[in-house]
Amino acid sequence: MINVQSLTKYYEDFCAVDQINLKIKKGEILGLLGPNGAGKTTTLRMLTGFLKPTSGDIHVKDFTIEENSLEIKKLMGYLPESAPLYHEMLVYDYLTYIANIRELDTDQKNKRINDLVDLCGIREVMHRPIGELSKGYNQRVGLAHAMMNDPEILVLDEPTSGLDPNQRVEIREIIRRISKKKTIILSTHILSEAEATCNRIAIINKGKIIADDKTESLKKAASGEYFIHISLKNTSLQKIKDKLGSISGIVKIEKENSTNKIIHSKITCRTDQDLREDIYREIKKTDWTLLELYREAKTLENIFRELTKENE
Amino acid sequence: MRQVKYIFIREFSEYFISPIAYIVISIFLLITGWFFFSSFFLSNQAALRAFFLLLPITFSFVVPAIPMRLLSEEINIGTYETLLTLPVTFRDVLLGKFLAATAFTTAMLVPTLAYPIFISFLGDIDWGPVIGGYIGAILLGAAFSSIGLFASSLTRNQIIAFIIGMVICFFLTLIDKMLFFFPSSIVGFLQYIAAGYHFENISKGIIDSRDIIYFLSLSFLGLYGSHLILQEKY
Repeated sequence: MINVQSLTKYYEDFCAVDQINLKIKKGEILGLLGPNGAGKTTTLRMLTGFLKPTSGDIHVKDFTIEENSLEIKKLMGYLPESAPLYHEMLVYDYLTYIANIRELDTDQKNKRINDLVDLCGIREVMHRPIGELSKGYNQRVGLAHAMMNDPEILVLDEPTSGLDPNQRVEIREIIRRISKKKTIILSTHILSEAEATCNRIAIINKGKIIADDKTESLKKAASGEYFIHISLKNTSLQKIKDKLGSISGIVKIEKENSTNKIIHSKITCRTDQDLREDIYREIKKTDWTLLELYREAKTLENIFRELTKENE
Repeated sequence: MRQVKYIFIREFSEYFISPIAYIVISIFLLITGWFFFSSFFLSNQAALRAFFLLLPITFSFVVPAIPMRLLSEEINIGTYETLLTLPVTFRDVLLGKFLAATAFTTAMLVPTLAYPIFISFLGDIDWGPVIGGYIGAILLGAAFSSIGLFASSLTRNQIIAFIIGMVICFFLTLIDKMLFFFPSSIVGFLQYIAAGYHFENISKGIIDSRDIIYFLSLSFLGLYGSHLILQEKY
């Protein structure tokens, strides 16, 4: 459905997006995930035809962005970050305006606005100026704006940023409700959100895609590994390494920090078995004092942090 | 092209939602009314000459205030992004906004129609220069709106947009009053690019195609300039 090839964008000398390749199939919900300034917004802006790429191609269906940007804009609905809308306009006037620009005819227009108002839950603010709305409502009006033409592709730039947890859940709920028949691309820097809404995640950092896989596969990759944190007294890191290094399944032992002769260390395990018992048994044989021992599951959060840190 | 209509309607009605419209209209009417009537009874003529003589100068600092927000505000708030990702072209956006500003300048002139109507009770008014003057004023308003729109495309700050627009309009209005500063070889050219000169011709009641072409090409240049700027920026 969407095919992006070696997409690059320079702002003056600064490379915001560097040779990105992406293929998005119909019906996918792709989460673009990355720290702030990673190039998510720039990528989405180029995808929606707002910014011209420095180089690279974007194909949507049979259209290319240079030649048929108007056709592509007709297929897409886009909600920019923090939903900039005309503050002075009433919600109803604004939606009518968008419907007119999108060339909906009169019957269709009223029906569509009615449907969207119910879907996004904005009936009670229809006759208020957009500038007076709370951030949550503003975002919902933005969603209604993006979905006015019932687009095949919906592009949402940080749809939940700046919202409180309840509003976030509501927006997520709306996205899930509409996701059945649509291709959705959304960007976020909140992992749990990508995990909850997307069926595919692309992690982007410094303008490059550094991981791109189905959400489940990414999670599975994470589930094979976990960490055990231990805090010990009367020992040294070397002794710990000698003693525990032989246990099969332990990949790495690192010192996190040490205070008052207590050594806090982090053990990376790559196995399906729980190694806590083995570690405890080994430590029991020595005269070390065990102060703490707990297991931390490796989550997408860890993968994300590892991937985005390595490139620094 | 249907989009032009909807953008025009939105922009035009937005002028009347915000207080700016009423402030600009009041200032315009106050200034023109005061200067016109302070000398009207002295000249003892049933004509609008004094009104039209002053109009280019009043217009050159009132009109740029009308289109100043059209693009800079959108760029500043970010609504520009939502607008341009709708299926519209730069041309639709610029034309719609330009027409809205021109319509607003025209609307601003409507209350001044009271002058010729009341003057016609006082004496025998010659309607030719009056009609010519109003046609000229609409054309001048269009040209200055387009220059203001161009200024608005340059910056996200409305005040700066206003000042840039005002400087260009003032230059075009006053250049033909300062011709004696320039060498005679370029005087003809400078006179031709002067808005004041062409407006004076029309307001005498002589509708010459050269003057009309001048105002239309000035409007076109402003729009084309903004188009280039937008294309360069986005």
